[in-house]
Amino acid sequence: MKRVVELFAPVMLIAVLLGAWEFACRALAVPSYFLAPPSAIGASLVADSPGLLKAAWYTVSNALLALMIASLLAQALALTVTLSPILERAVQPLTVVLQVTPVIAIAPLVNIWAGTDHPGRAIVALATIVAFFPIYSGAVTGLRAVDPDLMRLFDLYGATRLQRLTRLRAPSAVPFVLEGHKVAAGLAIVGAVVAEFVAGSGKVQGLAWRILDAGYRLQTARMFAALFVLGAMGAVLYALLQAAERTGLRWWRGR
Amino acid sequence: MSQGANIAALEDVGVDYPRGPALGPFSLGIGAGEIVALVGPSGCGKSTALRLLAGLEAPTRGKVVRAAGRGETAVVFQTPTLAPWLSARGNAALPLELAGRPRAAATERADAALARVGLAGAEAARPAQLSGGMAMRVSLARALVTEPKLLLLDEPFAALDEITRRGLADDVLRLWADIRPAIVFVTHNVEEAVYMASRVVVMSRGPGRTAGEIAVEGPLPRPPGFRTSELFRATVETVSHALAGGMAA
Repeated sequence: MKRVVELFAPVMLIAVLLGAWEFACRALAVPSYFLAPPSAIGASLVADSPGLLKAAWYTVSNALLALMIASLLAQALALTVTLSPILERAVQPLTVVLQVTPVIAIAPLVNIWAGTDHPGRAIVALATIVAFFPIYSGAVTGLRAVDPDLMRLFDLYGATRLQRLTRLRAPSAVPFVLEGHKVAAGLAIVGAVVAEFVAGSGKVQGLAWRILDAGYRLQTARMFAALFVLGAMGAVLYALLQAAERTGLRWWRGR
Repeated sequence: MSQGANIAALEDVGVDYPRGPALGPFSLGIGAGEIVALVGPSGCGKSTALRLLAGLEAPTRGKVVRAAGRGETAVVFQTPTLAPWLSARGNAALPLELAGRPRAAATERADAALARVGLAGAEAARPAQLSGGMAMRVSLARALVTEPKLLLLDEPFAALDEITRRGLADDVLRLWADIRPAIVFVTHNVEEAVYMASRVVVMSRGPGRTAGEIAVEGPLPRPPGFRTSELFRATVETVSHALAGGMAA
């Protein structure tokens, strides 16, 4: 019984909030361009569903492509940097500056470089930049997080640098890298949406453009519908990566 | 006291850490096939002495002589120190694989080492699936897989319960009888030291020096009932006395 209550508690809360929202819109006669009632949003969601799904795919496919590129680049750089402490010192300030600069501030510049004819490239590039750091810092931390006694054991048996890397550091880093990917997936979506906003033209058919377009026309119901899809997409992606992390860890630990 | 030629020795070694001297001057010779226990108060440099013998640390002063070469010295740490991503077999085979042995041969010898420590059938298990005692046995199998001439144990059973540690003490002695490596082990359990060693070296409060050396009579491995014998109790008393003297120093 307790489990059922726990399971339904969030659903109930959402139902109550939606009910109150609908009631308030009707009772107070709120103009629909200011705040659309849930019923109108639902109707818009159904009516727009083919276009919304297409836009969602555009956004998520760019984010996933960016995630893959970021994953390769971040792990390659982390490995390189681990082999050379001097290189790590050299790279560190650059990575910090790039990390703390808000992605929205870099977006216009990247847009120019990608060329106005190729907004897709700018979107992937910006999403890659934000997805890069969690994976990179996870990998660097993981490659260093080696049990010191295991390290001594490798010393004792005269392990080579390559053996230390492939048989000790890299496997030790796996849990950290998995965690990094989970965080990076959410950020890749953020990066893709931000880039779409900045690109802001009809050429870019993602969810962010849908929100902008509906906003220009004061179609609040359509804005909410696109927001809903965006939120659902992020949640699904997070759940998928969490499942992947759990499976990966089970394989790593053997249970 | 050591029989025959030493296979490892510390000659007037001293080790200084940034926070002060940690060991010495300290000398210790290890004869082939003998079992030496190092006992002493915490922070007396027992583990430092062990790391010097392993070649994992260099002394600030003095000389370390090691006749046993690379691959002939093995260390078992206080915790099992297993790679969680490898099976028991993979962990036990690690020293051989690092030495570049072919995988098939390494696996075969790892399985044999695991069987020797009573883990036949658990070759595929991961460390997370093993109890503390079993994980320690894997660690022991990994140390034995190279058939070392010198086996160094750094408080190997400190994290285990009394029954498990007594069982492991007998296992180590049984394995010693098979391969006859020299064993140096660090402990702060006097009874464990007397039970397992043919010679107990008592160290004084840091920086560690020798406060006494006590030979332990009686056969190795120990016969049943050794723990209740007069000899055992008298030796434990002698070592405890030397230890108390070392603490006061």
